[in-house]
Amino acid sequence: MSDQLTPAAPEAAKPDPADDGGKPRPRLTGKVIIEAILEGSPVVITILAVFMALVISALLIVFSDNNVLHAWGDFFSAPGAALALTWHSIATAYSALFEGAIFSPATIGAAFHGGSIAAIFYPLSLTAFEATPLILTGLSVAIAFRAGLFNIGASGQFVGGACVAAWIGFAVHLPVVIHIVACVLGALVGGAILGWVVGELKARTGAHEVIITIMLNYVMYNLLNFLLSSTNFLQQPGQSNQIAPPIQQNAIFPHVGGPPPQANVGFLVALAAVAGVAWLLSRSTIGFEFRTVGANPRAARSAGMSVERSWALVMLISGGLAGLAASTIIQGGGPPPPLNPNTYGTYGFDGITVALLGRARPVGVLLAGLLFGALQAGGTVMQAATNPQVPVDIVEVIQGLIVLFVAAPPLIRAIFRLRAARGTGMEAVAKGWNG
Amino acid sequence: MKLELRGITKRFGGLVANDGIDLVVRPGEIKGLLGENGAGKSTLMNVLYGLMQPDEGEILVDDRPLRIRSPKDAINAGIGMVHQHFMLVPVFTVAENVTLGVERTRLGFGLLDRRRARKDVLELSERYGLAVNPDAYVGDLPVGVQQRVEIIKALLRNANVLVLDEPTAVLTPNEAEDLFRIMRELREGGRSIIFISHKLKEVQKIADSITIIRRGKVVGERPPSTSDTELAALMVGRSVQLRVSKDQATPGEVRLALKDLSVSADHGGTAIEQMSFEVRGGEILGIAGVQGNGQTELCEALMGLLPSTGGVLLDGKDISHLSTKERLRAGIGYIPEDRQEDGLVGDFSVAENLILDVFDRPPYASGISMDLNAIRNSATTQVADYDVRTTSVQTPAGTLSGGNQQKVILAREISRNNTVLLASQPTRGLDVGSIEFVHKQIVAQRDNGVAVVIVSSELDEIYALSDRIAVMYEGKIVGFCAPDIPEAELGLMMAGASASAAHTVAEGQSPADLAAAGLTTAEAVADVLPGGSGGSSPRADTVELTGEESGNE
Repeated sequence: MSDQLTPAAPEAAKPDPADDGGKPRPRLTGKVIIEAILEGSPVVITILAVFMALVISALLIVFSDNNVLHAWGDFFSAPGAALALTWHSIATAYSALFEGAIFSPATIGAAFHGGSIAAIFYPLSLTAFEATPLILTGLSVAIAFRAGLFNIGASGQFVGGACVAAWIGFAVHLPVVIHIVACVLGALVGGAILGWVVGELKARTGAHEVIITIMLNYVMYNLLNFLLSSTNFLQQPGQSNQIAPPIQQNAIFPHVGGPPPQANVGFLVALAAVAGVAWLLSRSTIGFEFRTVGANPRAARSAGMSVERSWALVMLISGGLAGLAASTIIQGGGPPPPLNPNTYGTYGFDGITVALLGRARPVGVLLAGLLFGALQAGGTVMQAATNPQVPVDIVEVIQGLIVLFVAAPPLIRAIFRLRAARGTGMEAVAKGWNG
Repeated sequence: MKLELRGITKRFGGLVANDGIDLVVRPGEIKGLLGENGAGKSTLMNVLYGLMQPDEGEILVDDRPLRIRSPKDAINAGIGMVHQHFMLVPVFTVAENVTLGVERTRLGFGLLDRRRARKDVLELSERYGLAVNPDAYVGDLPVGVQQRVEIIKALLRNANVLVLDEPTAVLTPNEAEDLFRIMRELREGGRSIIFISHKLKEVQKIADSITIIRRGKVVGERPPSTSDTELAALMVGRSVQLRVSKDQATPGEVRLALKDLSVSADHGGTAIEQMSFEVRGGEILGIAGVQGNGQTELCEALMGLLPSTGGVLLDGKDISHLSTKERLRAGIGYIPEDRQEDGLVGDFSVAENLILDVFDRPPYASGISMDLNAIRNSATTQVADYDVRTTSVQTPAGTLSGGNQQKVILAREISRNNTVLLASQPTRGLDVGSIEFVHKQIVAQRDNGVAVVIVSSELDEIYALSDRIAVMYEGKIVGFCAPDIPEAELGLMMAGASASAAHTVAEGQSPADLAAAGLTTAEAVADVLPGGSGGSSPRADTVELTGEESGNE
């Protein structure tokens, strides 16, 4: 219906519904907001997905609490008790989660009575610390997504970055600031080289990046094992365990929030990376080329862009970001021990979910990374604060459910009876497989 | 079977797609449904086929009201639909596709009765002259034959009213002729047809009565004898110039020259063989030809999108070693054949699409930093200059109508001030109003001294624009001719006859004579073609498959 013809005179007088949007920009009035909610804009869908995940996880919490289950057994004699206990169980868990991740009202009271003001920000600082590597691997996956590539290999690129950063960290002697920068750059280069190899292979041979990155992950995991089993390479002399020497004090990131596990300079690196990637994607010719190649490679080619060069370049940047994530762990100064066969954890794969949740947009990735970081930070506190214990694993359930709901907008629309919208912004992410 | 739609109204939010539409289709009638893209034709047919529920109004079959809730109801009521995009399984044979969903079984336990399916297909194709081999794999068939498979599918489900949604959009002129013949035979058999189209000539040619829809309303019922200017005016809502007026060309220097250009095909062989021609500034060279004779490869090779051998000279300089980007920079404007796949990025805004091939040049970028203001401002100007109907320059281009999408591409390619403009199928699928606009712009380019190459499989377009016509057949140019060549001769050349041979045949036999002799043009041409090469053309294959013997191995 978008085909608006030159209106003949009598028709011009009539208001045409299709022309309503003709004003340059709709003002952000209440009506617009209500429309966004009714149509289920991406932001609304994401918020509802988080809400649904919390609701379902609440059920899990309740079902794993025997006291509550017993109370429900006596529901007909004492319905109030069952409901009260249920509420108590959920409220305790989630308020502990919140206090562990965002802030705890008790710390404000304490600050008034001579306690530490910094304590108020302690939970946020924990969240930032947990979020730092997730934001970076999330960006790594997201930028590749935008160019139409599905980088499953953030994990392997993370390992590449970690090896270089760790080696520069313990084997080279440099003055304080320079050593930090050298390690960060080393991690960046380590990851970038691996990413570039993937992009170049795809560009030259047409091999699918998903296959290459999965295989390279295994290569890197085992290479790490190998390097850690010889003192000629990364193993700490005099150790029988596969572990690298601790990196020198000069190379460790200064604190921002407080001693580990609180936020350090790595968080600022992540923020800078978010800003950099955002600028690259929206304001630079390189990003424009990436986005064109991602959205329609044939049109990109017809417009004279080099699709192959874009693939190689975007994977270079993507790998570099995954390498940066490694540097924030290696130079974080603990609590994780020095480089070992488990250093890569699940950062690379969590990056995929963070990118998905953030809809492959830099600010979205930042928010998604912070959310997952908050869940991680709060989860530990929650486990300690509840009795019977709500295991920290519930956090993973929440994360999984959020991604599930975000990836299936029709599900959320059906639950909340939202109208279908034209596009949700997920298409770019969902079609990643077909490159 | 008589079909009647009464007061059908369908709203999408505030938008009224169908506004009280009345339509009567009598038994044995071909009803032409004429309207521009977005006029509400498809919505109406979706309502009829049960894919959408109307907000108001009713559907009557043989004067009895009928609720159609799903396509299944529609099929049971005897309504068959051939969609614009075919619903076929490419790796299945014709017989398998046709029986999909209504499979007959043998011996009661799920053995497919293939023999019966084949027989059904053969019977139907014989009765209505639908030449189809039941054992061919659908993926191997040309589009025109796939369409016949869709028609057989509907007939096998006892469709008394057949809805054909823009059936000729994917067909070559000759395939369209074949389709019309089939439609007439179906009409003789007492079936009625709703023929949806935005092409005036076709509707005039085939329909028994024409209903015109504009902006969701029926704006007129006309007999097929109505003049095309009147139909166009009804369709668009204002009077339209159906053929661009242009002055005599004043060709200047040679701008583009091909020297023995060859392109190899995907599966071995050659797509373009030793092609040479020259185009001068200020003239339009129309490349006519049936789709699939190397036109796509020619354009892509010219743009450096396909590897080729031989020379491409732009203003005397060899550009055959240059990349696509360098060729664009050197001054070739390129309007690709497939708008949505090659010309635009649907998710990108109109403004972004307007700079797709100049995004890294001033004033839009300095270094790697893009100037979003400059992009927006220039987009606003271009949208106004080229009359692109969009709510804003930030609207995703994919949501625009076909005509407006093409205007975006046109604006982008023309505003670069090129020396050569290469436009492939520049008005395919566009409505009358947009065709008028695009043609005017192309002629204006010629008048500015640009050397214009138009590749088109629509004869109307070739005639309307060309100062000189080159006819392509199987990767070669079979001849050049002036735009006053009779259509019959041009048709013969498009089937591979040389200009002189075509002339002889056309002189000897008028198309009417050919039709009387029961011959299609392709068959007539086979007589004049050297070495009987007509047998290797895709169309001749399907002609041979008529009758029983073709079905047996």
